[in-house]
Amino acid sequence: MLEVDNINSFYGKAHVLRDLTLSVPHGNVIALLGRNGAGKTTTIKSIMQLVRPASGSITFNGQGITALPPHKIAKLGIGYVPEERRIFTDLTVSENLLVGKQPPREGAVTWTEDMLFDLFPNLAERRSNRGKALSGGEQQMLTIARTLMGNPSFILLDEPSEGVAPVIVEQMAKVIQQLKSEGLTVLLSEQNLHFAQAVADLAVIIESGAQVYSGTLKELNSHPEIRDAYLAA
Amino acid sequence: MEFFVAQLLTGLANASSLFLVACGLSLIFGVTRIVNFAHGSLYMLGAYVGYSFMQTLPGAVGFWGAILLAGVVVGIIGVLIEVLVLRPVYRAPELFQLVATFGVILVIQDLTLIIWGPEDLLGPRAPGLRGVYRIMGEPIPKYDIVLLAITPFIALALWYLITQTRVGVLVRAATQDREMVGALGVNQAVLFTGVFALGSALAGLGGALQLPKGGADLLMDFHILAPVFVVVVIGGMGSLPGAYLAAVIISVLNVFGVTYLPQSTLVLMFVVMVVVLMIRPYGLFGREEVAGEHGQVGEPELPIKPASTNVRLIVMVGLALLALLPLFGSSFAMVLTTDILIFCLFAASLHFLLGLGGLVSFGHAAYYGGGAYIAALLVTHANSPMELAFILAPLGAGLAALAIGWVCLRLTGVYFAMLTLAFAQLLWSLVFQWGSVTGGDDGLVNIWPSDWLNSTTAFFYFALIFSVGGILVLRHVAHSPFGYALRAARDSKRQAESTGINTQRVQLLAFGFAGLMGGLAGALFVFSKGSVFPNELEIARSFDALIVVFLGGVKTLAGGVAGAAFFKGVEDLLTRFEYWRLVMGLLIIFVVIVAPQGIVGSIRKAAIRMNVLKQGKHS
Ligand SMILES: Nc1ncnc2c1ncn2[C@@H]1O[C@H](COP(=O)(O)OP(=O)(O)OP(=O)(O)O)[C@@H](O)[C@H]1O
Ligand SMILES: [Mg+2]
Repeated sequence: MLEVDNINSFYGKAHVLRDLTLSVPHGNVIALLGRNGAGKTTTIKSIMQLVRPASGSITFNGQGITALPPHKIAKLGIGYVPEERRIFTDLTVSENLLVGKQPPREGAVTWTEDMLFDLFPNLAERRSNRGKALSGGEQQMLTIARTLMGNPSFILLDEPSEGVAPVIVEQMAKVIQQLKSEGLTVLLSEQNLHFAQAVADLAVIIESGAQVYSGTLKELNSHPEIRDAYLAA
Repeated sequence: MEFFVAQLLTGLANASSLFLVACGLSLIFGVTRIVNFAHGSLYMLGAYVGYSFMQTLPGAVGFWGAILLAGVVVGIIGVLIEVLVLRPVYRAPELFQLVATFGVILVIQDLTLIIWGPEDLLGPRAPGLRGVYRIMGEPIPKYDIVLLAITPFIALALWYLITQTRVGVLVRAATQDREMVGALGVNQAVLFTGVFALGSALAGLGGALQLPKGGADLLMDFHILAPVFVVVVIGGMGSLPGAYLAAVIISVLNVFGVTYLPQSTLVLMFVVMVVVLMIRPYGLFGREEVAGEHGQVGEPELPIKPASTNVRLIVMVGLALLALLPLFGSSFAMVLTTDILIFCLFAASLHFLLGLGGLVSFGHAAYYGGGAYIAALLVTHANSPMELAFILAPLGAGLAALAIGWVCLRLTGVYFAMLTLAFAQLLWSLVFQWGSVTGGDDGLVNIWPSDWLNSTTAFFYFALIFSVGGILVLRHVAHSPFGYALRAARDSKRQAESTGINTQRVQLLAFGFAGLMGGLAGALFVFSKGSVFPNELEIARSFDALIVVFLGGVKTLAGGVAGAAFFKGVEDLLTRFEYWRLVMGLLIIFVVIVAPQGIVGSIRKAAIRMNVLKQGKHS
């Protein structure tokens, strides 16, 4: 569904992604693993063209997207859930969802506000609260819900388990499994291996912006030396 | 009591236009982060366009139709400006975009002059609303009552648009995080253009609505600018209720001021602004700006290095040529060169603040004009000898800058810029309205240098020594530990502080020092011309300096000087033509779009490409 081919990305002069290659097959949840600063966020931003790769190509459903602006990429059906959540704090929960709203897309679920409130019951009670009044966990749910309003067929989830309470992490895992069962493809950036194991089928590990492992999570479990070399304890 | 109510109603009616213009500016700033200095020009266009429509469309329907059409036309003009001028520079350093809007001001001024001519236009009366209503016995023009009555509806309509529609939700979302809005599939370009169109249309409506009260003239653009900025800043950038409340406060204050303190109406407005900002630094309804939003984007700058031998050689030859000018140049050439030198010093002092300190002052003319006025006042009222006045003027300007800087440096970013502008306007209005001391609009004349400097040649050398000397001192300070501390404070306040730099104090001293040097330029100016008028303190003068610094190149030390020399020269050439503003405006826009590094930056880039200079080795 998504092919990242030999991309190189920079921040100023800092070379962050080095010939990174990555393939996300349709219908899977794939975990992008790696230590702090390995380049996970940069990979996701490069796919979204929020960071423009200096070389290499990215194709989505066979279409090259490296020259497109972010809004066109979103329109193709790629949903982006940023690491820092970036909800609109002065807008209410409902208004945040309205910003994400896009027309229905063929082959993807058409989400409504009510469906999302079923998925995230905590948000339902808070629909007219402003974003800044929400707890960290609620903000994390809102940022996912907001992206789903765009009816994506593929979502980029950047560390959804970061800094939220264990109950919420569990809930998040259920949501991802449900999304997968509805046919959504997910690229999930994670440091939390437990969480990744609960939801992902495949894993890619990156280190210093280059791929060092690619395979199923089961295989990874049988190679603790790889885990120890490239992932934090 | 009756009189009081009547005054209040007049104030509320006056608030109507001001509110419309201010909310347009506020909306545009909120989403695009551009402080649109051309907003006053859009207001002026609204008045002229509305006038023309009123001439052709008959009756009451024609009158109100003309106002709406003026809004639509100005909205379309706004779209043109956004697409043609601003869109190419959205990726340039943020404050660079300001310069583009300065260019637009000049272009619109001349286009208006060409189309409608130089005469002030008397606004037509609204059909059916010619007389007055008696309210508690006091006469209130019917049109005022209508304005007063419809403004809340316009405000309500805007409020509805912003809070209750998806477009409004997107606008508010983009005000906070436009990149995220884009990543959610919203085309930012369309949103920006839409917001710019709406903001411009509001300015146009404001201009057309005030036609029966104020007519249309070519000075409207700058005249509305100061109150509009005051309203936006008092209300809080990006807040509609804030803009409404502030517009009412300012207008009502103004009406009462005219009655009770006719000499200080202008001063009053800025005093209110300063007081509000001291208590609520981000305005009545404003939010603190998100840190980092205003950082300069672009490549990291090259380290400042002492000039290479080549560059030194060129500068020496240039100076030698200047020193020899009296031998071969006409006296006209000497006068022009004196003007250029003075302007170079003025620009270099602003560059010091802006380039090294990252402190964008919109009101640097306060110190230049201030220095000139201090010297002139000393000569006029204290019979001070020229030499003493010449020494005291920069000192006084420097002290004023320290005091003003102390207040302004409590704020950052746009609010800092606005507050410096407000202080400059405060000074301007003081000088303008305190006629018995300052001569008001007639200025102060007969401020000639002492006998030994009375010849053109002698004064030329005097100006040469002091302006080049001043520039060299500025340059020297830039390379001193103080200069490094200043740049450290600009790049990262926290980091600088952790290395033991008192950033607050460093910035304040820099502000005072830049004021001192600006004052020196002003003192040179007043003795070279023999007179000084309030326009040396005007917004336009502050803009002149900003334009040359940006166009010369903010990131290179020589930028201010090169920009000033180039533009003063070009201006001298251009002002011989009738429509020089048009050409100058287009030139500015052209440079902004084509050479966003400024003149010096572009030359250096070209030199590096041609291997004349090695990258990073020279400055
Ligand atoms: N805006 C930026 N400017 C400069 N360097 C950056 C920027 N953002 C990230 N980096 C650097 O790029 C490298 C990769 O960062 P990235 O955020 O992609 O890592 P990550 O794998 O997402 O880490 P984390 O697990 O902490 O989120 C790091 O060395 C980081 O310091
Ligand atoms: Mg990350």
